[in-house]
Order: sequence, then structure tokens, then C-alpha cells
Amino acid sequence: MLRRVLLSPAGFVGLFLLLMIIGMALSAGYFFPKGPWALVARPYMWPGQRPGLPFGTDSLGRNILAAIFYGARVSLIVGLVATVCALVVGITVGSLAGYFGRGVDAVLMRITDAFQTIPGFLFAIVLVSILSPSVTNIVIAIAVVSWPPVARLTRAEVLRVRETEYVQSCKIIGMSTPRIILTQVLPNSLSPVIVVAAVLVATAIITEAGLSFLGLGDPNVMSWGTLINVGRPSIRSTWFICVLPGLFVVMTVLALNLLGDAINDALNPHFRKR
Amino acid sequence: MMPNASVPRESLLDVEGLSILIKDKRGDVRAVEDVSFSVAAGETLALVGESGAGKSLTALALMRLLPKTLAVEAKRITLAGKDLTSPSELDIRKVRGSIMAMIFQDPLSALNPVLTVERQLVEAIRLHETISRSDARARALELLDMVRIPAASARLGEYPHRLSGGMRQRVMIAMALAGRPRLILADEPTTALDVTISGQILDLLKELQRDLGLGMLFITHDLHVVRSVAHRVAVMYSGRVVESGTVADVFERPRHPYTEGLIQARPHGSFVTDGHRLREIAGTVPVPSARPPGCAFEPRCGRAEADCRQIVPPLVLEPGTARSLACFHPLQQEQYA
Amino acid sequence: MTALNRHLLHYLGWRLLQSLVVSTIVVIGSFMLLHLVPGDMVDVLGGQRGDMDAELMATLRARYGLDQPMLVQLFHYVTGVLQGDLGYSFRNSNTVLSLVLQRLPATILLVVCSVAVAVFIGTLAGVFAARHVHRPIDVIISMVVLIFYATPVFMTGLGLVIIFSVKLKLLPVGGLTTPGVDMTTLQLIGDVAQHLILPVLSLSLFYIAIYARLARASMLQVLNQDYIRTAYAKGLGTSHVIIGHALRNALLPVVTMVGLQIAELFGGAVLTETIFSLPGVGRLAYDSVFERDYPLILGVLLVCSFVIILVNLIIDLIYTLLDPRVEVSR
Repeated sequence: MLRRVLLSPAGFVGLFLLLMIIGMALSAGYFFPKGPWALVARPYMWPGQRPGLPFGTDSLGRNILAAIFYGARVSLIVGLVATVCALVVGITVGSLAGYFGRGVDAVLMRITDAFQTIPGFLFAIVLVSILSPSVTNIVIAIAVVSWPPVARLTRAEVLRVRETEYVQSCKIIGMSTPRIILTQVLPNSLSPVIVVAAVLVATAIITEAGLSFLGLGDPNVMSWGTLINVGRPSIRSTWFICVLPGLFVVMTVLALNLLGDAINDALNPHFRKR
Repeated sequence: MMPNASVPRESLLDVEGLSILIKDKRGDVRAVEDVSFSVAAGETLALVGESGAGKSLTALALMRLLPKTLAVEAKRITLAGKDLTSPSELDIRKVRGSIMAMIFQDPLSALNPVLTVERQLVEAIRLHETISRSDARARALELLDMVRIPAASARLGEYPHRLSGGMRQRVMIAMALAGRPRLILADEPTTALDVTISGQILDLLKELQRDLGLGMLFITHDLHVVRSVAHRVAVMYSGRVVESGTVADVFERPRHPYTEGLIQARPHGSFVTDGHRLREIAGTVPVPSARPPGCAFEPRCGRAEADCRQIVPPLVLEPGTARSLACFHPLQQEQYA
Repeated sequence: MTALNRHLLHYLGWRLLQSLVVSTIVVIGSFMLLHLVPGDMVDVLGGQRGDMDAELMATLRARYGLDQPMLVQLFHYVTGVLQGDLGYSFRNSNTVLSLVLQRLPATILLVVCSVAVAVFIGTLAGVFAARHVHRPIDVIISMVVLIFYATPVFMTGLGLVIIFSVKLKLLPVGGLTTPGVDMTTLQLIGDVAQHLILPVLSLSLFYIAIYARLARASMLQVLNQDYIRTAYAKGLGTSHVIIGHALRNALLPVVTMVGLQIAELFGGAVLTETIFSLPGVGRLAYDSVFERDYPLILGVLLVCSFVIILVNLIIDLIYTLLDPRVEVSR
């Protein structure tokens, strides 16, 4: 499957971009040992104005390129961890609802509905402000607003798989329910969820950037959103402080979406666009 | 009861050398090759063959409704005097529905699910004549009556999924008749229906043909249907016509080994009580891209010889008869007492 | 009444019941959320005023029932909500309900306009791309759309502000109306429209991308269906087939999608209102978060949820009207 993903132009570009971003995150300490908060020059320097500062400096004189490299870490970690949490919760809720049906299903689905009715970003803002801004809480907040669609999707797939013959035969031979769910139902339900996972990571990254942009990010951590927020007051003159990290957000999201599309195409050859 | 084929009628549709090519980078594949036939007014020609023989493709090619990946080539196609060998988009649009109309196999998927019967009928009506909407509605009711749909005015407001299979097919027939066409292309119209209903639809089609003097190209894989509806039959195998003639003649005295095989393979009459075994033709139909160089049926034929393997037998009109045959070593007339 | 009407009412009743259950969960959940906060409202007030002694705080607590057990407070809250009392905001010296209602129109205007623009332009682009599938224009549209899709709302907003307000000085930087100027109603409408162009554009760009992709895929699938072939067989021309037959079928998934994304749109509105300083409910929520004005935060959340539930109901109804195949019972 990896080969198929790589062969499609979308998948290739997506993977390439993503690897580049990951590379940035991993090598941040190597290229910029002083960290993202170090004041390296006078503030508001334009990109390229001084060799060694290809992205210029922000309102306090910090190296924007360094901040972007370190910011990649935050975005990726938050995106990944939040998505994993959302997946765990969503898959659990969805498979329980789908497998047991009736009362369990009704209750779980009403709860899922309730979570979906509340505007996600608004809810994240509220959660973060109540719990106080920190990376952990941001991850929790994003996971809390992201799991409903996963639950819905898992439930639909489980409903479909539950009625298949191989599951019925497992029931007949007396396999225990948890075993059926874990070994038979889930492995066959998860392919659409994998596709959605890529989109979830992208959404998580956008949400984190949005939260930081509003000033609700972890103050101890330099993220892309933080940088954008820093550049907001001076947007009329030194707009690059906002635009440069923004471009990286766009690139990461683009990469994840392209990758998600390529994975989708690789897993569902029937639905290949003609 | 078989229709009478002995009276000669004016030719409505003449097809000569029709081929359908699947365009491919590695080389075009001929899904249908050099097919020729004709249909007269008031007469039904059945196009018979197994799935994949190219029957539906032929009908769709006449209406130019094939997907862009397929190309149509023909030596000559004439419909009601018009030359349709290589029509422009406008030419073929003028002909669709007004001279030549088509009914499809699955009426559920062939009717738009979000539009009412009235809307779909009136659209077809007003496309081919300029009349007011209320007049068109009246004509729609007329058409529904013609296809024997009871409580027609109630049916007008219905959506396709609410009608029964037989009813839907009648609506499709009504829609096809809206433009007062002279030729109907029927692509397996009864295959998706159960037996009692399909009998009714066949009777309806025969009646309409008689009353309106329609020519009909009837595509099917069911020989019983051919017997009950068609005057003449053309047998297709792997994209080519191998035998054609009147139904009585071809069914009682088949000359092409494949035709004989088809007829023998039918469960017939006393099959159950007499304990006759079902005779099948060994082997399978070749895919268009893997056709043998000579006669396509040769690998399965008990009468094949060297020439069959090397040269494609041409479709030849037997002098003095209404029969055409594409075989170098056909079953002889003498075999039938 | 006809069978269809009876079915419709039955469906409506059932959906309302479901919505009620969901709303209850939201209300209770929000209340519990509020009480996750260490300390209560009086503590916050005390911390901000710095001049309250323990006695005053105890009195205040008794007055507002904050010394009662949780379940009792919950009961009071729920009954309050049912009567339209969402609490009182000290910082703004007004009831939560009136504060929220004051700001709701701006947000609703923003969201409705954004949805309308997104659906209209998105569907147009998607249908156009499907019509010319695989040709250069289709590829270009798909690429442009992908970029819109990948750009977060606040980036679009900032970008538009930079280009149109700062550099080109074509459109106002923020606010809903131009302050201090007397205008007739017609002029007011024009003024508001001018102020809304950038916010609506920045909020809708992302959704234009989604609906364009969806409309394109949906249209391609529809164009493959048998009934399209029948329409051509009748003798219809391409534009008639697309507009009369294909479009309505292709739009169905888009309508469903809009319903699913209304909640997201409200979230996006928060960012848009912040960037463009619009007097809406999103910005109210944002401000109230910083002020730790918890009744207000909760009030905003609740009202938004109710609005979303209502909109979802309406969209479900629209869908059943558009697609006659949907059996309205359950």
C-alpha cells in the first residue's frame, strides 16, 4: 500500500512535505541550539535583511526561522497526541454503540450528538480557559471536540461488519464479545477511520494554531499560532511575522490532506475518480 | 404466438458495417465488429446473444449514448431515410426521442428518482412539440393510458420509487413514445421483471407495435422472448453477427453451430418429465481483446476446420432466402427432414 | 391530511424530542463544566475587586445560592434556563440572555451569509469542474480549492485584511458599520454589506473548498447514473440534462454536509469576529473567557447550541423535501 501511496503524485508531494516538516521539528535543536526565545538581533527585521536571519525577527527580536522550527514540534506533537486520544475515545464509543445497539446505541449517540452540537472551537476555548492554558490541556480540549465524527464513522462501519457471516459464526462458536470486537469487528471497520485520521491531525494543528492565535496557547511554548499572535499588532507594517508561520501551517495541512487523499485512493480502488 | 414475417415491409433502419472500438493506448479493441442488420417498419428484429456479446453496445451506439472512451465506426447507417453514419451532435439530438427512442433494462435506475412521473413525461412531450403545459399533461395522461396504467392521473404525481417494477417499465415506454418515434430500441426491457409482469410488458409492446406501426430492435438473451415478440432474429457472438433470418427459420433450422447450441441449451418442454439433460456449449465466450484470429466460435465448435481458424467468416446473404450466415461449415439443410 | 403530511409531523415530533434530549445533556454538561473551575464566581469577583471580606462573600454566596449543594444548584439552573434566565453577568451589569441576544444577530448574519456564499460559489465551481472533468480548467480549480482548504480561517482573514484593507485600502478594517455617520436604511444596508465582505469571504473560503470538492465528486457520480443516459436518450441537450436532472441529485450530499458543519461555522465565526472586530456572539465568548465571566460563557455556549439544533432540524426538513426517496418515518 505504501508503494501505491507513493506512486500517486498527491501522495508523494504530501509525504515529502510532511517529512520535511518532521525533519524541521527533529532538527530544531541542532540548527538553533539557543532555542526559539533567544533575542538574536533588533526587533522587526525584514527577512533577508541580515544574512543568518532568512526570516527576519519578530517584535522582540527573536529569530523567526528558529521559532518556526521549534513551532513545528508543538504543532506535530499536539496534532498527533490529540488525534490519538480522539481516535481512542471515538473508536471505543462508536464500536460499543454499533455492536450492542438499541439502548446503549441510543444513549451513546445522544451524547455524541450533544458534543457535536456545541461549536467545537468555542468549546475548546472554554475548556482551555477553565483548565488553564498548557499543552496538556490543549491536547485534551482538542481531543474532546474531535472524537464525535470518529465515533459516528466507527459506528457505521461496525454496524455493517456486525451483520457479516464471519462475525455471526464467531458468535455461534461462543467467542467472547470483547474478543469478537477486538479481533474480528475492529480490524475490518477501521479503513475509513485511518483516512479520517489524517484530516484529524490537520484539524488539530489548525485548532492549536487558532487557540494560540487568540492568546490561549501555552505561554511556555513557542508554537506557530503564538508567533502569528505576536505579529498581529504590527500587521500593517511587518506582516511577514504573521504570514511566514501561517504559510507553514498551510503547508502542513496541505501535506496531511494530500496524504489522506492518497491513502483513501489506495485503500478504495473502486472509488478511484475516473 | 409468433408474429408473421412473410410480408416485406419498407426498411426503417439500415445498419452496415457497424463497429465499436474501445480506445486504448496499447491498441484499440473491437468490442463490436462489422455488424450489419436492418429493421423494417412494423417489424421486430431481435438481437440475441450471451452477456458480453455486444448487443446493448450496438443499440447504444445507434443512439450515440456510449461513453467517450468508446468510438463508433460504420460503413453506413440510415434511419427513416436520414444518413446517420457520422452524425453531428445536433443531428443525433434531433433524432433522439423523435424518430428513434430507447427503453432500458432497469426502470428503477433509468428514471430520475427526484422528479415526478408527470415532470419526466411532460419534459419528453414538450421537447418534441410546442404545446402548453396543460396540453402536455393531457397528452401524458393519454400516453399512460396507452401503456395501460390504471388510475393514470394519480400516477402522474408519483415518484418512480413508489411504483412497482412493471409500472415503472410502462412509464418508460410511455416516455419513449412521447415524441412519436418510429423506431424503438428495447434493451432487455423484461430482464429485470418477474415472469408474469414481463409477459404483460411483452404483450403491451407487441400491441403498441401493431397499433403504431413501430419498428423495434429488441435486445435479449432469452430465446423464449424472441419467439414471442420478434419477426426476425440476428444472433450475435463475441461482437459479431453470426446468423440472421426469420425467427421460424432460424429456430427450426439453425445453420450456425452456435445458434444450434443456443437452441439446444434451452430447457425445453418435456425437459423435466423426460429427464433430458441440459446441453451446454463447452468453453466460454472470448473477451474482445483475446479473440482468435479466425472465427470467434472456432475453439468451441465441433465442426471447425483449418479455414475457420485463419479467416473470419463474412456474413453472407443466402441467395433466395432472407437468411444471412457467417460460417464456412454450417449445418446443412439436408440435416432437417 | 395526506399521508405524507402525517408522516412529516410524526418525524418532526420525533426529531424535536431527540433535540430536547440533546439540549438537556448540553445544559447539564455545561453546568458541570462550570463547576470544574476551582473556586466559584464570588471568588473570582473577590479576586478582581480585592476589597471583599469573608462576610460579604458569604452573603453574596447565600444570595446567589452558591452555598447550596451541587444538585440543588443544577436544579435551579435548569429551571432558570427553561424560563429564559441564563444568569447574570456582573462584569457587564446585564443579564446573560440580553447580552447574548444583543450580539446574536451579527453572528447569525455572518454565518448565514457565509453559508450562502460557500454553497453558491462552491457548488458552481464543483459543477463546472465536473462538467469539464480532467481538462485543464478542472485541474486548476482542484488545485486552487485544495489551497483554500488547507488555509486556516484566521490566516485567510489576516491575509485578506492585509491585502484589501491595509495595502489596497479598498475595504474597512473592521467593525460592522462606520461609526458616527448618520445613514438612511438603504445606506445602512450598503454600509453593513461593505463591512461584511471580507469577514464573510474569510469564513466561507474554507467551506467553498469543501462544497466545491463535494459537488464535483457528487456530480461526477450522478452523471454516471442510468437516468442521465435516459435523459439524453429523450433528446435533451447537455445543459438541460445537467440543470434539470443532475443538479438536484448532486446537491443532496452538499445539503447534508452543510447541516454537519454548522457547528464548525460558529467556531470559525469566533476567529473571524476577533480579527474583524465584529460585535458578535463569538467575540463575546472570547472576551468573556478572558474575563472569567462564567455565566456568560455558559450562556453563549447554550444559545449557540440551541441555534445549531434548530438549524439542523431545518436542514433535515429541507433534505426530506428535496429527496422524495427518504422515508420520513424514523
